[in-house]
Amino acid sequence: MNGSLALIGEALVALLILLGSFFMLVGSFGLLRLPTLMQRLHAPTKATTLGVGGILIASMLYFLFTTGRLSIHELLITLFLFLTAPVSAYMLAKAHLHRSRAEPTLPNTGRPAGWATFDPQAEAADPEEGLRPQGTSSHARQP
Amino acid sequence: MIQAALVIGFASVGVATLFCLLRLVKGPDAVDRVLALDTLVTNAVALIMLLGIAQATAIHFEAALLIAMMGFVGTVAFCKFMLRGDVIE
Repeated sequence: MNGSLALIGEALVALLILLGSFFMLVGSFGLLRLPTLMQRLHAPTKATTLGVGGILIASMLYFLFTTGRLSIHELLITLFLFLTAPVSAYMLAKAHLHRSRAEPTLPNTGRPAGWATFDPQAEAADPEEGLRPQGTSSHARQP
Repeated sequence: MIQAALVIGFASVGVATLFCLLRLVKGPDAVDRVLALDTLVTNAVALIMLLGIAQATAIHFEAALLIAMMGFVGTVAFCKFMLRGDVIE
């Protein structure tokens, strides 16, 4: 009974390691081969994060099966990576838009307001948002 | 079984790291290079976790966590610098 349980655990850990490293490989291959930067942003932020999550869960299961204790470190790292990957992708996309794309080259938003990141008023108003008296918020725009 | 999976895992994450290095060298824009650095950090975290499984020790977790944090802070600082020309205004 104990032997078969250990075998199942080992198979699960091995499968998770294989899946995770495969997704990491796919993500980095996409980073190398995709043609434009906006497409290249997709590969590492999704596939690589999923791959590292798989490897971290494999490590957690491995130490659960070998020592019998659930270690929380891997969950911390997984949570941190899953929280920070979208933020860094957003920052990179914004830096790319401001460095090498102008607003006329972007698709139309279909609304009266243009792209918010190129709106000079919204950019300038944000830092003082908390310092303003109540009721004069610059975000009170018409929908 | 785990040993064989670890060998394949080390090989593919190593090749993935190589792809990131190629993009880091070749990247036409600075944003490409920062993205390659960010992916390199994620690959390093995965490699460290695989090393922890291979050696069956738990002492590598803090290193992985610190590298992940430094990678995120570095990416945000690079983006801030590219956007505003300054990191802390």
